[in-house]
Amino acid sequence: MARNVQPAGQPAPQNPASNGTAQAPAVVLSPEDIAGQENFDAIIAKDSRVEPKDWMPEAYRRSLVRQISQHAHSEIIGMQPEANWITRAPSLKRKSILMAKVQDEAGHGLYLYSAAETLGTTRDDMMDALVAGKARYSSIFNYPTVTWADMGAIGWMVDGAAICNQVPLCRASYGPYGRAMVRVCKEESFHQRQGFEILLELANGTPEQREMAQNAVNRWYAPSLMMFGPPDDNSPNSKQSMAWNIKRFSNDELRSRFVGMLAEQVKVLGLTLPDDEVRFNEDTKKWEHGPLDWAEFKEVLAGRGPCNAQRLERRRSAHEDGAWVREAAAAYAAKQAAKQSTNAQKAAA
Amino acid sequence: MTPDPHDVGALGDSSASATRITPGFALRPEDIALAAEQGTAKPSEDVAEYALRLGDDALILAQRLGHWISRAPELEEDVALGNIALDQLGHARSFLTYAGAAWGKSEDDLAYFRREGEFRSAHLFEQPNGDFAATIARQFIVANYQFPLYRELVKSSDPMLSAIAAKAVKEVDYHLDHSTQWVLRLAGGTDESRRRMEAGLNLMWPFVGELFEDDALTARIGDAGVVPSSLKEEFDRTTGAILAEAELDVPGHPMATGGGRRGNHSEHLGLVLAEMQVLAREFPGASW
Repeated sequence: MARNVQPAGQPAPQNPASNGTAQAPAVVLSPEDIAGQENFDAIIAKDSRVEPKDWMPEAYRRSLVRQISQHAHSEIIGMQPEANWITRAPSLKRKSILMAKVQDEAGHGLYLYSAAETLGTTRDDMMDALVAGKARYSSIFNYPTVTWADMGAIGWMVDGAAICNQVPLCRASYGPYGRAMVRVCKEESFHQRQGFEILLELANGTPEQREMAQNAVNRWYAPSLMMFGPPDDNSPNSKQSMAWNIKRFSNDELRSRFVGMLAEQVKVLGLTLPDDEVRFNEDTKKWEHGPLDWAEFKEVLAGRGPCNAQRLERRRSAHEDGAWVREAAAAYAAKQAAKQSTNAQKAAA
Repeated sequence: MTPDPHDVGALGDSSASATRITPGFALRPEDIALAAEQGTAKPSEDVAEYALRLGDDALILAQRLGHWISRAPELEEDVALGNIALDQLGHARSFLTYAGAAWGKSEDDLAYFRREGEFRSAHLFEQPNGDFAATIARQFIVANYQFPLYRELVKSSDPMLSAIAAKAVKEVDYHLDHSTQWVLRLAGGTDESRRRMEAGLNLMWPFVGELFEDDALTARIGDAGVVPSSLKEEFDRTTGAILAEAELDVPGHPMATGGGRRGNHSEHLGLVLAEMQVLAREFPGASW
């Protein structure tokens, strides 16, 4: 059904609905759209859930598809830096935990693609956009994992930042996204614990292991803080996303909470954060940190990070090398279906 | 005293890692290690050697399968192959922990600090992944071998081997289904997938023979183990039935000379071990 198209002969409504069309070009809504918009506004006002069959503004739908598919892509690309260490994990227990973790990430990608599919876009389309380099994913996965300690730092910091971001998303106004997040967050908290445990073991190990751990914390600190996105005064999508009850807290608010968590936990590790400006501001009751290099963030986002090309190429080759397998499965399913319908016709005759 | 392996309370280690990955009360390698430490699980030399073979097969296969994670043809297969790798790694850890109890060695001592000639894996498990069809062919042979093996090993006179097999057989049942479904799909899918499936089977089939070879150890071990040759007839029957359904011929290649059980390996194992052991060997004695 075409949306936001004025049916012939209908007078334009005087007062187009407020919520969700603020940034859209002036359009004339059909009576169905006006009723839908009213219902949608009421759902948002009650802080209730929007479900796939509900009417929703096109901009809301587009914004969710963008956010959920980026999140799914991040899970899938995010498998690579850790998969890099599966075959070299230094103990069988660690190997086992790491395999389980990377496998969880594939599972998260699956739920998230499914959640995005409820908005009318297919997984194939999203995957094609990703391998064509047209879709974004979290910039942090464009950094290399050069030592085993990076498995610890990613779990503790990168997954820790993801949890800070995602726990409020469990209450996102779009039902399938919020529900997917509940499960994702449970698994992420296991991921964060295993990362912390890796670092703790290294920090209490030999001097070389300790140095490896500190070095990894130093390298992942700033990129993990930048995972929350640009500062609030420079975050184009945040305001609308908060008005729609998708996002609950601003980037800077979440970043501040995350810094507070790191500042406390790093003491237990006996390591340090590479930022001597981390402090709790008694006046604002917020954690503060030193300046971040947003020029670097933009460079990596623009595709000029250390591993952008490598990550995309790996995904593309896995996808292309697997095409014959997917075609075989589809051909087999079609043949089986044809066989069944022939059998059914014979039985009916 | 020999513990009752089904009495999980007797084996449980409540101090095991917060990141334990085995849910519920299933037997975990940590439980076996604890029993070994307390002197309640001590295999004979022969049982330990036998457990080492099964553990090495599963370990090398897990190492191979782990490489697929993030490279599979479909996300569902990243999950499925990852799951099979995890199961195999779990079995390996249990068998190696138990074997090590005979010699005062941990699972990691055995995995990371043995030389190539000390490994006991059969050549099939060492074969490179190849394309997806080659991996499926290897899985198809492995699952049709391991399923009856573990099912029979549940009856072992050695309670720990029995307990490990009881957990493993349930998981391998799923591996059997996974590989069967894919053999049927690839054989009955497109011309290309059928060609690749045939090529994969031709590549892996020469290594079937070694799996069913008896030797002095399997003769001595008696009721504690399973005589490999006793499983061959069932293997031929179960694989034959699926290949017939897929309208594929059983490859007629001569069997390769094995020797993995005596420490004579394929060209591939050295490279697998080089990658697997590099970090642990860089920091000998370190804890992770």
